[in-house]
Amino acid sequence: MKKALIYAFLILVAVLMIYPLIWLFFSSFKPNSEIFGSISLLPKKWLLDSYTQGWQGSGQYGFDVFLLNTCKMVIPTALLTMLSSAVVGYGFARFEFPLKKMLTALMISTMMLPNTVLIIPRFILFNDLGWNNTYLPFIIPAMFACYPFFIYMMIQFFRGIPRDLDNAARIDGCNSLQTLVLVLLPIMKPAMFSAFLFQFIWTWNDFFNVLVYISSIRKYPVSLALRMNLDSASVINWSTVLAMSVVCMVPCILIYAVGQKYLIEGMAKQGIKG
Amino acid sequence: MTAQPIRTRSKWNRFKTPAYLYLMPWIIGFLMFQLYPLVMSLVYSFTDFTMLNKGGFVGLANYIKIFTNDRLFIKSLRATFMYVAIALPLKMLLSLGIAGLLNQKLKCIEAFKVLYYLPSILGGSVAVSILWRFVFMKTGLLNTIICAIFSGYSPVDWIGNPGTSLATISLLQVWQFGSSMVLFLAGLKQIPQDMYEAADLDGAGPVKKFLKITLPLLSPIVLFNVIMQMIQLFQDFTSAFVITGGGALKETYLYGLMLYENGFKYFKMGYASAQSWVLFVIIIAFTILIFKSSSDMVHYED
Repeated sequence: MKKALIYAFLILVAVLMIYPLIWLFFSSFKPNSEIFGSISLLPKKWLLDSYTQGWQGSGQYGFDVFLLNTCKMVIPTALLTMLSSAVVGYGFARFEFPLKKMLTALMISTMMLPNTVLIIPRFILFNDLGWNNTYLPFIIPAMFACYPFFIYMMIQFFRGIPRDLDNAARIDGCNSLQTLVLVLLPIMKPAMFSAFLFQFIWTWNDFFNVLVYISSIRKYPVSLALRMNLDSASVINWSTVLAMSVVCMVPCILIYAVGQKYLIEGMAKQGIKG
Repeated sequence: MTAQPIRTRSKWNRFKTPAYLYLMPWIIGFLMFQLYPLVMSLVYSFTDFTMLNKGGFVGLANYIKIFTNDRLFIKSLRATFMYVAIALPLKMLLSLGIAGLLNQKLKCIEAFKVLYYLPSILGGSVAVSILWRFVFMKTGLLNTIICAIFSGYSPVDWIGNPGTSLATISLLQVWQFGSSMVLFLAGLKQIPQDMYEAADLDGAGPVKKFLKITLPLLSPIVLFNVIMQMIQLFQDFTSAFVITGGGALKETYLYGLMLYENGFKYFKMGYASAQSWVLFVIIIAFTILIFKSSSDMVHYED
């Protein structure tokens, strides 16, 4: 009886949370008049009009351009974040060096540094460097491990690997880089995967930073394109906005479907002391 | 950790490679993209810097203006405090509660976990903000459903009404409780079961077990979560920008939105920098306050 109540509650919460997403999906196949006209979830007739219309984007640039732009920004950022934070995490987790305690504390405390405080000087710096309106404001900081969340995650994963492995590799004549690349990184695959997926999703969904750094429509990633659609769509054209919202969400949902195990494990590692 | 079979002579590293070689990317990144901008934003906050004019030193003028002659600042600060005050406790209670339920021996736990975490994955995206707008606007999904159930209902404009707009965007944050829930669940899994069994022998009820065992052992994770979520909520931007535009009489004019407008719409970068430092100080003050007030309650295993 008690269990049944718990299940009922859990299912109710899940339905409340997921229903809007399901509604969004089905509504994107409805004509405008039907979206809010009827309460039935399934469309009377499945139409692809809103997708073909929305795909044309701004008229000048189609949604394919915006998707491609997003990939050009997101994939290098996610790859470099994964590599740089693994390397730096290795440094923190496996070496003794002067001021280690202080530097580790400093690194972790930068997790709390508000982006809103940094963004204006960053914008001015990137402007002087000629990086604004390119994807470099995302890619270069990723290269230099400016995402402490991931360094911390890597440290936590490294701590879970016995040091005996390092020692064995050392006896076999590996230097520290070989130990990292040949011995540790293969074991770290879940962590690397998790970092890549997180950074992929976060950069894909990022709005504030792209809004600040990217100014020309030709360079727009999907989040800016979507927001532009919303502005320009007349009140009558809801369905195209809904359809393109679905297009923007699908890659993240697919990635989540494939990698949810790694994402949940990566998130969980944050809270557990190594 | 067990005794290691091999000890190296060097005190500092096992390998001969200096650790700094591996730390170098982060050190450069930290100096260039974190420390330098941090210092510069403080410097800019004492100038009247705009993109057109390199800005002269104006002393405390920006700060004086913020506190004495900026009605929007007060409005925004109030909206932001309200926003954090609604979203943070609800999000924490919901994620803690659901994590507690999922920690029972139930079937399909994994499926629930995956479903509850999904909104956090999509969370900050423009697409979700757009969805929120379609759900809560006057002719939106929510009102359509309520109308179908109660025929006499006259639709409320959840977004356009100053009384409900802030709650509406706060709800979007609560919707993303999944990431906190995953952290809590991981923490709950670490609590040894025999502690509960011992409590059972002593005849402790579920409430007592929660207060005496679960909460104390979970408290470091709760603290971490509360602080990280608070910092993020104080800076929220996308929902206010896309869903309400700060509107319904500026009731949702969140701090992040004000900073964006001053810095990147009006290009008053010196002034916006000063405002960002005010927020920074507020965040630090709250973080210290939470740490201090929790120091009796938080229990560290070490």
